[in-house]
Amino acid sequence: MWAGARRVALRIGGAILVLWAAATVTFFAVRLIPGDPAQAFLGGPGSQASAEALARVRAENGFDLPLWQQYLGYLGRLLRGDLGTSYSLHAPVADVVGEQLLGTLELALWSLVIAWIIALGLALWSVAGGRVAAHVAAGIEMTAAVLPHFWLGSVLILLFATGLGWFPAIATPDARGIILPALTLAIPLAGFLAQLLREALQEAAAQPFVLTARARGESRVGVFARHTLRHAAGPAIGLTGWAFGSLMSGAVVVETIFARPGLGRTLVSAVQVRDVPLVIGLTLVAAAAYLVVSVLSDLAERALNPALRVSRDALVERALEAETPAAPGTFSTPGAFGTSGTSEPSGIFEQPETSGTEPRA
Amino acid sequence: MSSLRRSARHIPQALAALVLLLLVIAAVFPGLFAPGDPLAINPADGFQPPNTTHPFGTDGSGRDLYTRVIHGTGPSLLIGLGATALGIGLATVLGFVAGLGPRWLDFGTSRVIEVMLAFPGLVLALLVMVISGPGAFGATVAVGLATAPGYARIIRGRVREIAGSGFVEAARVQGRGRMRILTRHILPGTARSLASLATLGLGQAIVWVCALSFLGLGVAPPAAEWGALLNDGRQFIATFWWLTFFPGLFIVLTAVSATVLGRGLAKTTRSVS
Amino acid sequence: MTRPLLDIRGLRVRFGDAVAVDGIDLRIAPGECVALVGESGSGKSVSARAVLGLAGPGARVSADALRVVDTDVLRLGERGLRALRGGRVGLIPQDALAALDPLHTIGREIDRTLQLHTKLGAIARHERALELLREVGIPNPEERIRQRPGQLSGGLRQRALIASVLAGNPALLIADEPTTALDARVRRGILTLLAELRDRGTGLLLVSHDLDAVRGIADTVAVMSGGRIVESGPAADVLGNPAEEYTRTLLAASPVGVPRHTPLLSASPVGVPRHTPLLSASARTTPLTTERHTSALTGTAGTEESPAPILVARDLTKTFSSRGFSVPAVRQASLALFPGQTLGLIGESGSGKSTLARLILGLESPDSGTVDLQGSRWVPAPESTRRPNRHRLAAIFQDPLSTFDPRLSAAQILAEAHSGGRSIHAAAFASEISASLDAVGLPQSVRSRRPLELSGGQRQRLSIARALAQNPDILVCDEPVSALDLTVQARVLDLLDGLQRERRLSLLFISHDLDVIRHVSDTVAVMRDGVIREAGPTERVFDSPEDEYTRALLADTAARG
Repeated sequence: MWAGARRVALRIGGAILVLWAAATVTFFAVRLIPGDPAQAFLGGPGSQASAEALARVRAENGFDLPLWQQYLGYLGRLLRGDLGTSYSLHAPVADVVGEQLLGTLELALWSLVIAWIIALGLALWSVAGGRVAAHVAAGIEMTAAVLPHFWLGSVLILLFATGLGWFPAIATPDARGIILPALTLAIPLAGFLAQLLREALQEAAAQPFVLTARARGESRVGVFARHTLRHAAGPAIGLTGWAFGSLMSGAVVVETIFARPGLGRTLVSAVQVRDVPLVIGLTLVAAAAYLVVSVLSDLAERALNPALRVSRDALVERALEAETPAAPGTFSTPGAFGTSGTSEPSGIFEQPETSGTEPRA
Repeated sequence: MSSLRRSARHIPQALAALVLLLLVIAAVFPGLFAPGDPLAINPADGFQPPNTTHPFGTDGSGRDLYTRVIHGTGPSLLIGLGATALGIGLATVLGFVAGLGPRWLDFGTSRVIEVMLAFPGLVLALLVMVISGPGAFGATVAVGLATAPGYARIIRGRVREIAGSGFVEAARVQGRGRMRILTRHILPGTARSLASLATLGLGQAIVWVCALSFLGLGVAPPAAEWGALLNDGRQFIATFWWLTFFPGLFIVLTAVSATVLGRGLAKTTRSVS
Repeated sequence: MTRPLLDIRGLRVRFGDAVAVDGIDLRIAPGECVALVGESGSGKSVSARAVLGLAGPGARVSADALRVVDTDVLRLGERGLRALRGGRVGLIPQDALAALDPLHTIGREIDRTLQLHTKLGAIARHERALELLREVGIPNPEERIRQRPGQLSGGLRQRALIASVLAGNPALLIADEPTTALDARVRRGILTLLAELRDRGTGLLLVSHDLDAVRGIADTVAVMSGGRIVESGPAADVLGNPAEEYTRTLLAASPVGVPRHTPLLSASPVGVPRHTPLLSASARTTPLTTERHTSALTGTAGTEESPAPILVARDLTKTFSSRGFSVPAVRQASLALFPGQTLGLIGESGSGKSTLARLILGLESPDSGTVDLQGSRWVPAPESTRRPNRHRLAAIFQDPLSTFDPRLSAAQILAEAHSGGRSIHAAAFASEISASLDAVGLPQSVRSRRPLELSGGQRQRLSIARALAQNPDILVCDEPVSALDLTVQARVLDLLDGLQRERRLSLLFISHDLDVIRHVSDTVAVMRDGVIREAGPTERVFDSPEDEYTRALLADTAARG
């Protein structure tokens, strides 16, 4: 119990450290913009920022102070939840984020649910349907996984909005309006999740304990429900955090296509007019949301799969058995620092099988 | 029979390679497939749906979309290649430093990778774009930087896997030096992984650069580049569907082919090791 | 005669075009133990599983008769088979660690069998599960029932697996390699448990590759090879007076009781000259007294006229720490290796013997202690000063496959070794490669093959060839035959023995297998919990062990014979 609480605390502490590092990187990266930082904050040299606007930005960010004081001031403001002022929207960034966050979360949540339903259906069908079904499913999943959102979105609009007229092409606040954007986000994700789930199910089905269960008189369905599904679901749930990150990426495009309010669309327009405070604020909030979901899904995976919980006894026993504990990759022990110990595929890159080299505890 | 089945397994990969080959030919010699001028305006022919003279239809200025898509292959592939090269190059340096360096260096590098991975991919690219500024160059750099940490983690893992393998240990017992182990085992062992990563990454990079262009941050119209064409047709999705459909189709074709080929490469890597 | 529990006649199992089982007959009466013995790939496991209709995906099973009591298994549908499985016939699959679902507690595994095959309620099932755990000799069942396989030791895991199978109260029990990968004393316990079950009237089909393991428990032995039963009969006859050449080979392959330097298999395919037992006397008459060995082993210098040890390790200590826990792997271990001699290092898994080998090989740095190679400091020393002498110390390991770069062919691996790492150009070292392959009894045809395409025995031969290519004085062998079938093990042991005498190699031979150690060693050291408990000449340690732990360890093997 105590070890579990410690793990949770470590995991959250790690996530906070990563967030701090992300904020620091952002702070210094923005200083890379050439020219007057106040000018850069207001849309770059091309913008006709007024003198008083420039003066206000200078005062707000303390651009005339030494860099370390600027940095400390920036961290202090972040801690107070002050993300600066958006010059293009003439509003505090925190307020803008507050207005837009919910829309994006709603979209992401819907997409996640739809993606899981499609993925489970595809995986079950390919497992139950024999070799041909597995091949067909593999093809569908792979194609779906690489479909770009901008194209998929326009095809869906063409089919269901212009063609059949079932759903509006422009997102409306009601449930009907969220279907197409959510589907656009969900289909590629479903393809990816289904691939993963199918591989995990096949791997679990080849384990020797399946023979044990069948030799005990367990039916195929029983083996699936009691053994294989649980083994496959763990990694898939652990990946939900990663999936959420990919949804945030996708939301940038999808919200723009469907003219749906949200973090993504606000971010795009902020980048277009180079509204630096707004971009920083939105980026940090996106990272924070991503980290929160990563931590949650990681902890959920561990709760589901107690074998992952390393007890003190088991650790010592394993150390003795292997006789070479503390493998060189000790840094990647889960919870030591941030997200590295999870089995998620490398963030952006959708190739779980080539990435699985991190030793797991 | 089994050899037949084995070669049947390679059909998708052969098709993917063929598609990529055709795309490369179209990129280098666009005139072979579309002799017309991609920028030639003909306002009288504006917004023509696909027909026999304009297989992909025309845009608002009456430019032939087919010609523009074919001529867009070159710039699109080039930008994609640039972004992939930047991403993989940076990732290789980071991955090898972390994978082979002393523990503190590995720790530091891994933390840098982890922090970069804390940003959702496209969000990180947008953050880079606000610094680098919009345009083809900015988009290439943004996508390159945003994809690097993911690749770096994979490469680091592969390097560490080989460096900790039984055969590297055996080489140490035999008295082989660090350089010899690096050149004999680690570099050749990672080369295949890098090849498959780069192929898979190319598809990803093209999609991302096109997404940035689609959002109006990458290559600007009227240049004939797939992403720019998409941006061109963006406000007409509901009315003149072909403007986004066909450029998008080419992007999908490229991405699917690269993925199929990259996975094939990854599979042979695994069967060898 | 009572009606047989199991009656198999003309059983054939085919996978596609490959015939795995080619017409075997087998009968088991209640209270009888039949051992089905053979090397891996002989079809014994498939035959056993076919009894339950679980021969595997794509298997085509046919038989003149396949009956359990009076049920025709081949006529059963899925429902009937499920009643049979776990009910009348229990299967104990091999490797308990993999055979138990790591996510389930052992209580849940037992409970599931009870659910499927009894009408007991939940509370009664729990009671019965505790009773079963007690029956199979698991202490503290109330605590253990809530634990997962990963939390149990190898022996307890195997017992828990047996308990989950016994829950269905089967009349016939099929045990697939129930003692493989277990330490000697654990193995003995499991066999005793199985013998008890047999005495209570359960029919037992014991599938094993190890003839020694079935000795003393099997009433009938059937020897299987290439999908056929080549010889069967009462255990005493088959094991004591085998009629078939194949059975004789299997029996001869066992190193039990075979003196040092006596080839296990007379028909050795190895290209080295065969030695008669007589010749080996010269090696054993090396004037080394007990006292001298003991003193050398503890690290003090020997007397002047004794041969100087080639390698001396003194007080090696190594502690691993992981996240705040410290695990002492090796504590104050000292040993000495003499030219042309074999030092056998015995220990159960986790005793620290592999770590000791890694310390001696300079792969791991000790916390304290030293290793000297012919008088000059070997450990601790910077790798750069060690490298010129690295060729003198070679090693082979339990899993040779992992020690080969998977991209290289056998010829390239040997070229690399012969060139000292400078080249993998096989053509430049054609004659050396050819000689290397001959020396270890590998056919020239393996040249172009990759390690993955070689058999287990061939891989170990290749790793020996690679080790010898650097012309070493010392060969460290870490469990070199533990993953091999008995006959393959015998061939590799014969090969090592021949090569040792040909080249006057010093061997540090590490194994958990007492019989192997006794057969190959001139001197032995017994290790436990990182400490060398006892060391001395092989005969002395085995015949009159001084240490309490050694005595306990040896008692288990002695009782087995």
